[in-house]
Amino acid sequence: MRVVIAEDHALLRDGLTRILEAFDHEVVAVAGRGPDVLPTLLECKPDVAVLDVRLPPTFTDEGLQAAIAVRREVPGLPILVLSQHVEPLYARELLSDRRGGVGYLLKDRVSDVAQFVDAVQQVAGGGTVMDPEVVARLLDRSRPLDVLTAREREVLGEMASGRSNAAIAGKLFVTEKAVSKHINNIFTKLGLPVSEDDNRRVLAVLAYLDS
Amino acid sequence: METRDWIRDGLRAMAAGLFSIVLAVLNIPLFVLFVVSLVLTPVLGIGLVALPAVTVLIRAKANLARRIAGWHGVSIPRPYRPKPEGVRAIGWKRYHWVITDPATWRDFAWLLPGAIGGLVLGILTLALPAYGVEGIVLLPLWIYLAEGWSGYGVNWPIQSIGEGFLSLPQGLMFLALGLVVAPYPRRFEGLWAKLFLAPTRAAELRLRVTQLTVTRADTVDAQAAELRRIERDLHDGAQARLVSLGMTIGLAEELVERDPETARKLLAEARENSSTALVELRHLVRGIHPPVLAERGLDGAVRALALTSRIPTTVDSDVEGRLETPVESAAYFAVAEALANVQRHSAATFAYVSMHRVGDLLRLEVGDDGQGGADMAKGTGLAGMERRLAAFDGTMSVSSPPGGPTIVTMELPCASSSPRTMLSSGTD
Repeated sequence: MRVVIAEDHALLRDGLTRILEAFDHEVVAVAGRGPDVLPTLLECKPDVAVLDVRLPPTFTDEGLQAAIAVRREVPGLPILVLSQHVEPLYARELLSDRRGGVGYLLKDRVSDVAQFVDAVQQVAGGGTVMDPEVVARLLDRSRPLDVLTAREREVLGEMASGRSNAAIAGKLFVTEKAVSKHINNIFTKLGLPVSEDDNRRVLAVLAYLDS
Repeated sequence: METRDWIRDGLRAMAAGLFSIVLAVLNIPLFVLFVVSLVLTPVLGIGLVALPAVTVLIRAKANLARRIAGWHGVSIPRPYRPKPEGVRAIGWKRYHWVITDPATWRDFAWLLPGAIGGLVLGILTLALPAYGVEGIVLLPLWIYLAEGWSGYGVNWPIQSIGEGFLSLPQGLMFLALGLVVAPYPRRFEGLWAKLFLAPTRAAELRLRVTQLTVTRADTVDAQAAELRRIERDLHDGAQARLVSLGMTIGLAEELVERDPETARKLLAEARENSSTALVELRHLVRGIHPPVLAERGLDGAVRALALTSRIPTTVDSDVEGRLETPVESAAYFAVAEALANVQRHSAATFAYVSMHRVGDLLRLEVGDDGQGGADMAKGTGLAGMERRLAAFDGTMSVSSPPGGPTIVTMELPCASSSPRTMLSSGTD
């Protein structure tokens, strides 16, 4: 895969490059400043971009703004946004175009290298990956979820983070069949449209939690 | 509509004029009491007790005059020095405090002119409408019929019954005129009182210095406590974790050849530890200056806060661009604290935040439909908020009757720095 990285800290930039290259991905360009991000992305048209939210010169949210702007120009361009902190507000903005190919993760998650690379690939393939903390904070304030059992809530949380049935089954030590049964229950109880498409499923769940 | 307005204002001013005559008369006994207490000070020390007592009455009276002036658009701040520590109900210290405050003497100086002003202006307010009423009830005509001589307005003296009846239209005119001009003496009396009762420039500055000293001390204390907390958190948290991280990785390095399996376990543990350290740091940073506030300013940060609130919360804001960082931070933490209170205590089903710029004033309001009963005097949360706002000359008020709703209103002076246009259309 061809990857563009936007990150101003040299240490983290090198670390990300090293990790991605170790998994045979090609880092075609790196941007260190906010204003450079959009032109670089438009020029390189990478398979996926990994952007830091906070970049010079203003050190506010130019990475996020660039992500939203580039997806307006090139709809669905896969973007994985990394940050030192996550905000459901930013997640909502990233997801507002209702397309897949979006990821939003804490920078800490990079330390689980295999899972991080997996997330990059999932986003590049049009999937949606949401940091468990965003999901947890959305779950935390959602009252109508009382109708779900504890197990179902757990499955919902994993599903909202963008995990596949197989991954959820592995994490919760149950069979995939049990997972899909839970998911069916959840969708029925919450009145969500059932969909075979994993990504649409994730988006539906996130939209529900964020409503 | 307009007619009703000036009639209403006129009637109010007349009532105030009547009230002012009564109040003016009350000044005279206060004047006498003050002089007598002062004279009696050397005699048996009676004044030591009496003078402060009389001063309490005079101050109450003067404060009433200040409030009344306020109703008529003349604002008069209170000039009194705050009570020093160690002043008891009776004693030399109290006497000294009262007698050395120039405001005491300025109040005293106001008593007689205030009384004369109140009487004259009160009578002036009432005289014209009263004369009008006299004409309307045809009093001059009755006197003319009974006594053979009377006069009113332009018919002076009245020479026929027909002329006597002319007092009715004239009276109506005088009454109307009286009502229209009645508010003016009220305002003039306010200005007259201000001449005596407003703080002098020196007193104003002294009050300001006292207030600044108090808020500065509070701020310095709070800041020192905050720094201590951060130091402790870093020391016990992230710092300790980084040390242990170094040790774990060092050990893994040693074992990587001899016992690769254990080395791998240690490395996994090290990674776990680094995650925990980051979680702790993030938590700490959010308490110092939330990243979303740095990135999005007050508006975005409060919206982010509302989004994760357990109680559905709406945000109505016209605060665009960025405010000065300290004001932004103070406003954010005040709103955050108020919202946290809503979640903790109110049992509300709905909350709202409204933030508006009114000139150079930032007006924040946090309300809910909960059970009410929040009290500034009880609990440290609200008092702490007020103290923190005071450092920016901000004020706070709480309206929370039992049964609700609760509304916390905060005002902060602010000047916006360069407005920053946002790329995103994002938030709604």
